[in-house]
Amino acid sequence: MTETGTITVKRGLAQMLKGGVIMDVVTPEQAAIAQDAGAVAVMALERIPADIRADGGVARMSNLELVQSIMDAVTIPVMAKVRIGHFAEAQALQALGVDFIDESEVLTPADEKYHVSKHLFTTPFVCGARDLGEALRRIAEGAAMIRSKGEAGSGNIVEAVRHMRSIRDAIKELTVVPEEELTARARDLGAPLELVREAARAGRLPVVLFCAGGVSTPADAALMMQLGAEGIFVGSGIFKSNSPKAFAKAIVDATTHFEDPNVIVAASKSLGKGAQAMAGIDLRNLPESELLASRGN
Amino acid sequence: MAPKAGISERISIGVLALQGDVEEHIAAMRRAGVSAVGVKTRADLARVDGLIVPGGESTTVMKLLARFELGKPLQDRVRAGLPLWGTCMGTIVVAREVVGLEQPTLGLIDIAVRRNAFGRQNDSAEVALPIPVLGAEPFPAIFIRAPWIERQGRDVQSLAERDGHSVMVRERNVLCTSFHPELTADTRVHEYFLSMVLEASEASRAAGIGNRRDVA
Repeated sequence: MTETGTITVKRGLAQMLKGGVIMDVVTPEQAAIAQDAGAVAVMALERIPADIRADGGVARMSNLELVQSIMDAVTIPVMAKVRIGHFAEAQALQALGVDFIDESEVLTPADEKYHVSKHLFTTPFVCGARDLGEALRRIAEGAAMIRSKGEAGSGNIVEAVRHMRSIRDAIKELTVVPEEELTARARDLGAPLELVREAARAGRLPVVLFCAGGVSTPADAALMMQLGAEGIFVGSGIFKSNSPKAFAKAIVDATTHFEDPNVIVAASKSLGKGAQAMAGIDLRNLPESELLASRGN
Repeated sequence: MAPKAGISERISIGVLALQGDVEEHIAAMRRAGVSAVGVKTRADLARVDGLIVPGGESTTVMKLLARFELGKPLQDRVRAGLPLWGTCMGTIVVAREVVGLEQPTLGLIDIAVRRNAFGRQNDSAEVALPIPVLGAEPFPAIFIRAPWIERQGRDVQSLAERDGHSVMVRERNVLCTSFHPELTADTRVHEYFLSMVLEASEASRAAGIGNRRDVA
């Protein structure tokens, strides 16, 4: 008996990435820098979120030649993004052989109502979530990994903190809710009762939970790990800084030893005096229509 | 082979906790009746009687072992007899060499491994794997972007094969599986490793030397 594409092997790959940093890259050279810095995986993209935000227009799945060249450049797993609900883009990425598909709000949604039915795929999916209900809906559709949405390309950690706290607090609350209240909780969360019960019993999501959207310094990574993230996605934070190699390595070190402030000090110092994290955006000045996190629910 | 009661007071199992599925191994050991702890520092390493190197990314963990100066003390302890079990990534980390790649390894077992040998993630699979040393019942082996053992030294014993390649090997105090027993409910491989740790700790106790090092 040999069975591929099972829930166990899909969720399993996410479990192997725990405690690690997944970096956005737009060229094979950047992918090699990321691997050399200790990234556990790379996200192959045409444009990083900060540039998608600046350029405007429709953001789609990346050029597949580019994705292939990044797959050829590294030995670590390669992820790539599809638009929310765009199952044909996902079919293409699966056929190409990427290791993980991110159904991502960073790209322009293809379907305003429905996400991809991810159980139909052999390739595992990661999806963004702002709260527990959203996370459990994505898991019900077959997501093998969840990441906080944060606000991609903003360089601002505030939304990632909000989403991570929201998910973790809601789970913590569920663990002390009496059994007879779970149906009503499931209704309020808009999530299947079975998954709500599973989260209540285990005190955690049934899949790995990473943080994404706004991490730009070693201290940001340590903050999110202490808030309960099991690993970190860094998008614009590395290749929009003035020293990508140093930032990549420092964020990896801080993610590994997130509970040791001395390591955070050493990692931050290793960036050098002239180090500048990406500029970042004060999200309070951003109109609702420009927020990526509200795409998909 | 089931571990005896009170085993946790006598031996301490560590799981290298730089990156990877550390909690899954700790939980599996708990199911086997033993508590285990994460190992992140040299002081942690000095306290354990057996060490598991979990699943994860081998390039990442090799870099972290070097950056945080844990590779050398780990090599020293295993060469002095510390029982070690590598799962998937762990197999790559402790191998003598990686075929076709210039990837550094710790060289603690005489095997050459091929990374992602069964393919990329779409080829990751659950396999009913015969492992004679664990009994007649096949083991529910979970392979995730798994390596195989392409070449092995004379003293390395092959304990299981898939498609004609070794996927579970042992050389003295070092055990390697290219699959992930920690992701299943079956604790037989964890119990097998526990018996290796117990044997080593009883042998060193009989010889009057503590295998466990004092914290420097």
